[in-house]
Amino acid sequence: MTVDTRQNLTLRQWMTTEEVTNGRQAFVQKVYWGAVGFLQNPLALIGLAVIVVLLLVAAFAPLIATHDPLAQDLGAALQPPSAAHYFGTDELGRDIFSRIVFGSRITLYIVMLVSVIVGPIGMAVGMTAGYFGGWTDKVLMRVTDIFLSFPSLVLALAFAAALGPGLENAVIAIALTAWPPIARLARAETMTIRSSDFIAAATLQGAGSIRILRHYIFPLCLPSVIVRITLNMAGIILTAAGLGFLGLGAQPPAPEWGAMTSAGRRFMLDSWWVVTMPGSAILIVSLAFNLFGDGLRDFLDPRHGR
Amino acid sequence: MRRGLEAMMISNAGILRTRFGTGLSLVASILVTLFGLLALTFVIGRVMPVDPVLAIIGDEANQETYNRVYQQLGLDQPIYVQFFRYVSDMVQGNFGVAILTGKPVIDDIIRVFPATVELATLAIIFGAGVGIPLGVYAATKRDRLADHIIRFLTLIGYSTPVFWLGLIGLILFYAKLGWSGGTGRVEIYYTGIVQPITGFLLIDSAITGEWDVFWSAARNIWLPAVILGTSSMAYISRMTRSFMLEQLSQEYVITARIKGLSARQVVWRHAFLNIRVQLVTIVALAYGSLLEGAVLIETVFSWPGFGAYLTSNLMIGDMNAVMACVLLVGILFIGLNLLSDILYRVFDPRTRS
Amino acid sequence: MTDPILSVRNLNVTYLSSRATLNAVRNVSFDIGREKVAIVGESGSGKSTVGRAVVRLLTPSAKITADRMDFEGKNLLSLSERKMQDVRGRRISMILQDPKYSLNPVVTVGEQVTEAYRVHNKVPHKEAKERALAQLASVQIRDPAHVYDLYPHEVSGGMGQRIMIAMMLIPEPSLIIADEPTSALDVTVKLQVLAILDDLVRDRGIGLMFISHDLNLVQSFCDRVLIMYAGQVVEELRGDELGDAKHDYTKGLLASLPRIGDRRGRLSVLDRKDSWSMPVEKRP
Ligand SMILES: Nc1ncnc2c1ncn2[C@@H]1O[C@H](COP(=O)(O)OP(=O)(O)OP(=O)(O)O)[C@@H](O)[C@H]1O
Ligand SMILES: [Mg+2]
Repeated sequence: MTVDTRQNLTLRQWMTTEEVTNGRQAFVQKVYWGAVGFLQNPLALIGLAVIVVLLLVAAFAPLIATHDPLAQDLGAALQPPSAAHYFGTDELGRDIFSRIVFGSRITLYIVMLVSVIVGPIGMAVGMTAGYFGGWTDKVLMRVTDIFLSFPSLVLALAFAAALGPGLENAVIAIALTAWPPIARLARAETMTIRSSDFIAAATLQGAGSIRILRHYIFPLCLPSVIVRITLNMAGIILTAAGLGFLGLGAQPPAPEWGAMTSAGRRFMLDSWWVVTMPGSAILIVSLAFNLFGDGLRDFLDPRHGR
Repeated sequence: MRRGLEAMMISNAGILRTRFGTGLSLVASILVTLFGLLALTFVIGRVMPVDPVLAIIGDEANQETYNRVYQQLGLDQPIYVQFFRYVSDMVQGNFGVAILTGKPVIDDIIRVFPATVELATLAIIFGAGVGIPLGVYAATKRDRLADHIIRFLTLIGYSTPVFWLGLIGLILFYAKLGWSGGTGRVEIYYTGIVQPITGFLLIDSAITGEWDVFWSAARNIWLPAVILGTSSMAYISRMTRSFMLEQLSQEYVITARIKGLSARQVVWRHAFLNIRVQLVTIVALAYGSLLEGAVLIETVFSWPGFGAYLTSNLMIGDMNAVMACVLLVGILFIGLNLLSDILYRVFDPRTRS
Repeated sequence: MTDPILSVRNLNVTYLSSRATLNAVRNVSFDIGREKVAIVGESGSGKSTVGRAVVRLLTPSAKITADRMDFEGKNLLSLSERKMQDVRGRRISMILQDPKYSLNPVVTVGEQVTEAYRVHNKVPHKEAKERALAQLASVQIRDPAHVYDLYPHEVSGGMGQRIMIAMMLIPEPSLIIADEPTSALDVTVKLQVLAILDDLVRDRGIGLMFISHDLNLVQSFCDRVLIMYAGQVVEELRGDELGDAKHDYTKGLLASLPRIGDRRGRLSVLDRKDSWSMPVEKRP
């Protein structure tokens, strides 16, 4: 990076000086102070660390797991946690630790897939509504409102029921309930961007609507949409676990954490670990996403807070 | 603009931004939303399933039933005719017959609903009763240790899967400590003693003087209510903190301090009055999303309410009953939205003139 | 000068933040008797910080130190928070800039005035309300009974500021800090409010700290003027002797004021000198 050498500032001074000389420096300073704030926020760092661990666990599941997650051993059913089975075994003698390790793949699969579906849908609806305004906006936002007028789990249940149980259908059901907030955000962003001068300039040069949306508005909307999706992930995890618990998500014998909790219910009074372990996994991961998302706020808006 | 988790909490919930207009536009706005709800449930219940008839009568019905329902739904008709029929059925409260009970769905819902309302109401009392003071306290201790601890705890409450918390609660308070009753609304041997009057067991048993039943019901309801209320407590306290911080930075707070009020008096006599409006909305919203938790908690606690009814119909794939439940939740949300709108006008003088 | 009510020596205020510490006020010393004392200076020079330091209502991140901050024989800095609450409102009160923000929007203005009385006087609500109505009348509000039940958004800016003054006067303090009380008002209303403040000092013999950045206004309105620059008092003058200012900053400010009948084509612009921010001498 080229630094303003006239004043012989070090990079650090350049990023922290009160005398800002240009817009780029202002932006870099904003990011710098945000990053400093983020690093000083231990909870957000813990959240990030847990997410990284989750990714690693999912990537190296076969190496980390001590047992085959699907291998039954009825002779060793409902064993308490021990050196052989870190988290004990379930009613079919399967190793709970290994199942949780492999379950992380399902959780990440759901989170990622939902995010990948929700982003484009939400942005398409929101940007169209925000850019064209008028009746287009009214109709699209009314539809969004109607989706929003259900608690997301209830709506996801209805979709899952209509589509039939299964992991893919659960993903679709959750995605169908998760796009409206993204659409609202994209609409708000688009409306601010639309009224700015450079859009007017592009229009004068004869750029069509599609071109403006694709080349000017889309890139500017993207960061905040990505952030919002990150913030939504904890909610997605909980909804997915709820669907799994009710038997509408991943089907047995897949080691989905919500379904594991549900299956353990019948034995929980004598064997506490069968529900405690998978439930804790859900809690820790969703907490991590929440902590991370919470810390992201300070990162994005350094003036907020201190 | 509010950012981060609070912003997400608000915008993920539709209820907050739809401030209905007044008079005619209010009615129109509600009608349009209701119509939209019907269209959505129609699509989910009748268009999305591969075979809507099977989705309603289940796999085991005979050909005769199949043909009858096929005729009833008018599946040979164009889709807009089907939709028109659907709407007129729904408007007349004709939700069809539930396979599970063999009774009209509407009767079933009326029967199970009070159990959920009783549970959800206690849950929201707990959630708001603990969450609001906690949020106010955290705001006054901003960035100090107490604030960090409260924020972390509420975040845990917000991140915990409610069904799991229910199970852990049962293990701990029922099996280990014996502080709470088991599952269901009362102990088995007390069921059926009190005939429903209001449908709220605590009230009915008190009216009829069946105190044994009352105590059994109280022992059984506190745990699911507290657990159901936990996530709304977390939500309410976070939002309260955020609203309160906004108010505490206002000039009128300085004015009140200059008069000689203590920091605490300023919080409760001045700042708090200014967040009532927002709190009402938040609490109404939290009450609505308790229904979501109720679906899971009622399954865990075998609570014979609306959520358990919905899930048991889901299991057998009775789309008629499921869609009726979903529609009801939507209507309830609109109702809560409207209620918070009215309270908004009551509490904020600026909206009156 | 009459006996000082408030006597401040070497007041320092530092704002601490995670990034930097800011010495917002440095070694400020002054006395206020039963008179009108102005503090003028440009935006950010630390005027409001001085005013709020006296009543100890700065944000928790601000650290206040002073060799002396005596008010009616008490050292304000050593008072407990409880004792300080008795001083606030009853002995020292403060008028803020914009009544749009400084009044609580969801409480009727009358109740806010009544409350100011009841904080310090344990009397029945009815009696306090009568006092409040009388007080409203004394700041030239014509129909107090009607105004009493209005909400802040229903009154005009000038009326709001008079209500604010009524609220601050009702416990009969001996010192009033007015932080740009007229900046948000238009000219005619401004004069009314100034007249009310003027009467107060004369009739009730209270002290007034008048914070402003309007040099023209203070030289006719105030007895003495403190000029602040970059957190320090660079010069102290009598209101009617402002023309004899010695400090370059003050002279510069005066030169940049527009004057009627002045033939110069353009107003002069301040030519800032680093030396103005150098520490000034401490006062014993
Ligand atoms: N709460 C705060 N935290 C940190 N710095 C502050 C705070 N309040 C004021 N400051 C800083 O202290 C300095 C003095 O501020 P102050 O408000 O006293 O100025 P002022 O003379 O009243 O200005 P104005 O005419 O704009 O009201 C400014 O540089 C300001 O940025
Ligand atoms: Mg100021």
